[in-house]
Amino acid sequence: MRNIAAVFYKQIKDTLKNKTVLIQFLMFPVMTVVMNNAMKIENMPENFFTELFSVMYLGMAPLVSSASIVSEEKEKGTLRALFMAGVKPSEYLLGAGGYIWAGCMAGSLIMVFFGNYTAGRILFFLLIMALGIFFSLIFGTCIGIASRSQMAAVSLSVPLMMVLSFLPMLAMFNHTVEIVANFIYTQQLQVLLSGGTCGMIKTESWLILAGNGFLALFLFAFIYKKNGLE
Amino acid sequence: MISAEHIKKTFGDREVLRDISFRIPRGEIFGLLGPSGAGKTTLIKILTGQLAATSGQASILDTRAEKLTMSQRREIGIMMDEFGLYGRLSCYDNLKVFALLYGIDRREIRKTLAAVGLSGSEKAPVEKLSKGMKNRLRLARAFLTNPRILFLDEPTAGLDPATAEEIHALLLERKRLGATVFLTTHNMTEAEKLCDRIALLDKGHILESGSPQEVCRRYNRLKQILVHLSDERDISFPAVPASAPEISALLAEGTVETIHSSEPNLESVFMELTGSKLNG
Repeated sequence: MRNIAAVFYKQIKDTLKNKTVLIQFLMFPVMTVVMNNAMKIENMPENFFTELFSVMYLGMAPLVSSASIVSEEKEKGTLRALFMAGVKPSEYLLGAGGYIWAGCMAGSLIMVFFGNYTAGRILFFLLIMALGIFFSLIFGTCIGIASRSQMAAVSLSVPLMMVLSFLPMLAMFNHTVEIVANFIYTQQLQVLLSGGTCGMIKTESWLILAGNGFLALFLFAFIYKKNGLE
Repeated sequence: MISAEHIKKTFGDREVLRDISFRIPRGEIFGLLGPSGAGKTTLIKILTGQLAATSGQASILDTRAEKLTMSQRREIGIMMDEFGLYGRLSCYDNLKVFALLYGIDRREIRKTLAAVGLSGSEKAPVEKLSKGMKNRLRLARAFLTNPRILFLDEPTAGLDPATAEEIHALLLERKRLGATVFLTTHNMTEAEKLCDRIALLDKGHILESGSPQEVCRRYNRLKQILVHLSDERDISFPAVPASAPEISALLAEGTVETIHSSEPNLESVFMELTGSKLNG
């Protein structure tokens, strides 16, 4: 537990001075607050910006942050120093991943706080965000582990981030895109956020979410086994 | 305290270390000298359990290197270039991360920073530090647990003489406090000054070992008599009786300005053994 706390502490200190990661954490929550207060369009669905940006947020922030943090630690040899100090790979992943997850959940709290939600919907919103952030975190960690450098991680994570974040938005305007987008977890979570409840989730959605989760864990296991964390 | 028994390491078909054996007792500074690519860093990695040997055995504190427990790891400080620092964090925070890992009192951080001469730079972000200061911080990280054993991979590489001198003083202070130090270097002056014993490594093989003076004495045949003449010519003679008549003749001519002997040093011994320079 002490090792996980030390990694968590390191991440807090580092993020405050790491603009790349800090922007990822803050950009969409701030945009949500600003847009919710600045834009009032007639017939606009309630919480439109919150739901639009929250899906982009869960597809972008945890993915890019985890890929960037893990690959940077590998590239600069700080991860090796941690391991030599007795930190186990699982402890590192729990510390760094736990920090990113908590940071993104804090951003989600800001987003939902400035929306117009009932208590029950707030919990549902946070549950959806928690799940989505976890999926993206796993995909981002896979990229971080597989990449030899931070630059390589960015070039891998950006295209995936674009797909995960923007496809649900584009699906609103184009039926063909929607068909494709239906296979990714961010689209399913977008549907749930914009009006669904747990009871309303179709079996198809459950299957797609489970499939995405399985894919994330399988990829993680495969890449971790092949590359290790060093 | 540290022992290597018949260590061999291969990467594919390439043999990086061949039959490396030595024993380092408590309180000794042991220097591994060799040019770049000789296998020094690979050996440190094997000795500290970061890399498995192909065959043979490395032990620290009577335990196989790959089986060191967490409490034994705390007894070992490692400084390697490959062990990065957190560039955006301050010197203090860099050490605090490791103090949290080791469960060390925060006051130790300030004490350790002061010991390496970084007390004025506690809050400075590491990415703004000079190379010498970064090396000191790496040393501070290695010193943090007050370890009994230190592994230092080229601790003064690329540093100016004054900073290197300060690091030498720090290492001698650690030795005085009872620490055992294993260091790699390709700087023979550093080795002669710091090390109780050295081993010359080339192409993964130990060519010579012993105290720097012993190793040089073994190659006393390389001793030269250097004569500087009044017409600015320098002539060197092997330090053997057969050179005496020629030197006497020069003295008789009255053209000798200075005359002195040149003892073999580690550089010349290495040159004799391998035909190449130690830092080449």
